[in-house]
Amino acid sequence: MKVALLGNPNTGKTSIFNILTGLRQHVGNFPGVTVDRKAGKFKIDDKECTLIDFPGTYSIYPRSKDEAVVYDCLSDTNHPDFPDVAAVVVDKANLERNLLFFSQVYDLQVPTVMILNMTDLAQRKEVQYDVEGLRALFPEAIIVESNARIKSGKDQIEQAILNAPKREGHSFLKNTSLLSHDDLKAQEIETESRFAMIHKLLSSIQVVEEKETTRSEKLDRILVHPVFGYVIFAFILLIIFQFIYSFSTIPMDWIDAGFANLSEWTAGVMPEGVFTDLLTQGIIPGIGGVVIFIPQIALLFFFIGILEETGYLSRVVFIMDRIMRPLGLNGKSVVPLMSSVACAIPGVMAARTIADWKERMITILVAPLMSCSARIPVYTLLIALVVPNETVGGIFGLQGLVLFGLYALGTLSALFVAWILKMIIKTKEKGFLLLEMPSYKSPRWGNVGMTVLEKVRIFVWDAGKVILAISIILWALATYGPSDRMAEAGRMAEQQASEMSLNDEETQQMVASAKLENSYIGIMGKTIEPAIRPLGYDWKIGISLITSFAAREVFVGSMATIYAVEDDGEENKTLIDKMRAAKNADGTPVYSLATGISLMVFFVFAMQCMSTLAIVKRETRSWKWPMIQVGYMGILAYLGSWITYTLLS
Amino acid sequence: MRSALNSIKNGTTVYVKNIKASALKVKLLEMGFSEGKEIRVLYRAPFGDPMAVDIGGYTLSLRNDEAEQIEVELYETLTA
Repeated sequence: MKVALLGNPNTGKTSIFNILTGLRQHVGNFPGVTVDRKAGKFKIDDKECTLIDFPGTYSIYPRSKDEAVVYDCLSDTNHPDFPDVAAVVVDKANLERNLLFFSQVYDLQVPTVMILNMTDLAQRKEVQYDVEGLRALFPEAIIVESNARIKSGKDQIEQAILNAPKREGHSFLKNTSLLSHDDLKAQEIETESRFAMIHKLLSSIQVVEEKETTRSEKLDRILVHPVFGYVIFAFILLIIFQFIYSFSTIPMDWIDAGFANLSEWTAGVMPEGVFTDLLTQGIIPGIGGVVIFIPQIALLFFFIGILEETGYLSRVVFIMDRIMRPLGLNGKSVVPLMSSVACAIPGVMAARTIADWKERMITILVAPLMSCSARIPVYTLLIALVVPNETVGGIFGLQGLVLFGLYALGTLSALFVAWILKMIIKTKEKGFLLLEMPSYKSPRWGNVGMTVLEKVRIFVWDAGKVILAISIILWALATYGPSDRMAEAGRMAEQQASEMSLNDEETQQMVASAKLENSYIGIMGKTIEPAIRPLGYDWKIGISLITSFAAREVFVGSMATIYAVEDDGEENKTLIDKMRAAKNADGTPVYSLATGISLMVFFVFAMQCMSTLAIVKRETRSWKWPMIQVGYMGILAYLGSWITYTLLS
Repeated sequence: MRSALNSIKNGTTVYVKNIKASALKVKLLEMGFSEGKEIRVLYRAPFGDPMAVDIGGYTLSLRNDEAEQIEVELYETLTA
């Protein structure tokens, strides 16, 4: 049995979904659109039911692409998700507005259940309705009462769904049929007549309505205050950022070390060979590369879950709307962009809260331009290499200023690109706000937990596959080369090392360096040298640019391998010394100021992160947008670095 | 006297008289802006846009250019 869960936003629909299905949830997508289709299975008296959670809407007639899912499904009896029973959650506190949508669904002649949910607001306002009066208005629907917060009403809802009667043709608004979704004039007339009926009927069944200045209104005086509003929001962002940026490194280090140990252990117990190499150098680190993002994703969605549950997120939109609108962004873009400074992956996923399609796309497209934490090792290495440790103006360290400049460049270009995209991306929808500001309430921790679980699951299963596949390909390209070329180079390096009477470790490093140089990636790095020469790079940098497509920080490790030194993960003094000593054919140093800055600018712009691409593909449901991202960021990186190099050299 | 909702001061209670014809009209109707509906202007965002109103017991935020579509009448003018 298929059951559609419908209702206005902020009615407690999610809570009811969680109460009914518990952990048996699965996120997929509705056919042909980018909207998440959250479905859950549950049993009522041994009858297997599938509950499908539809986006919250105020009317059956869509106002956005996402909401169109409701109309498309309910208007088409052949739709794969066309329900046997429609369960509509109705907020007791706002019966009038909620009844519009309910009556529209009721008039579709689908067996209908009304879940009259007691929200906190309804409790505080002490609104009383004559439920029997309501039943008389919708004689063919079952009406049950629930209180999602205290999880009451589960059995009644289940029994109502099971016993929802077949429809016999009663409709709330006489002589109606579902209108075409673009017939606005007829929709206006229908909406007006429905409300006229609802007003008349409500006045007869509504008993008490207390009016008072609510707690929410008092809180809003502070939270949307012209000064304090921003201060508080900045403070909240700071806390979130601090958690993602600093505290998630602790579990991330554990994961890193754990997978390294697992690789080592596996290599020890398995016989030597290609399969073991694939497992220990390709698959295990690849899975590790997926798992490592979980702490950041979980933390961000823990906070976003709280912000959403409490009702604060809509206030963020309220105070940021005017500032973000000219840039083609949404008030809600602030959270995704800010968290992208830690990592673009949770940032891109957080863009889901943006209802407007165009604003969400722009946010996703520019998020990777924000300087993420994976760029830090690269910046640290290069700044130490080429920027003199001097003080300017008496107080500012030059190295720190350069780092600040890189962050500023990333942020400004994200805003600038957003502004450009706003003019390029065309959409038929006219963006509007019309946003309900739900009353403040304490978060339901169960819902927050479910959000975290759902996001982690989406990342691991949907994006994880792509990340794992690409990391195996990159590993193979770096490990294998044409025919005997690599083995040959390895032997030569070994011989050379013994002539120089190096110790075991140094020999191994030399061999690894020679092998990488002659692997497919090494050959690719040499092939692209003419193309990157104008940016001031040699083939060694070329190799590292290709390997760092896996993740930006891989750049440092690749450089260490190429220069046959150990990547100590800290200050990399030996690597810096080696790189500083590197000379071009004409005797000038490879890492001049121009090359170093040019390389940093390249990392500001370039889309050097397969994991972000994988999650953008997941969120936009197509390879089109990640490819556009690779393209425009690549062009920016190339031009930016070229201009930088030309100006500085 | 009729005025557009976006010109109403905070704390003022008004009644909806008419919604201008536009693609937005049906959405405004759905959110509860029906003729005769009581609206209380609550507060505005820092740059005076968007604004928040109380409509039938819930809080709705809307941009000034959206509020401009809604013609309202002051309570005093009605009773006078």
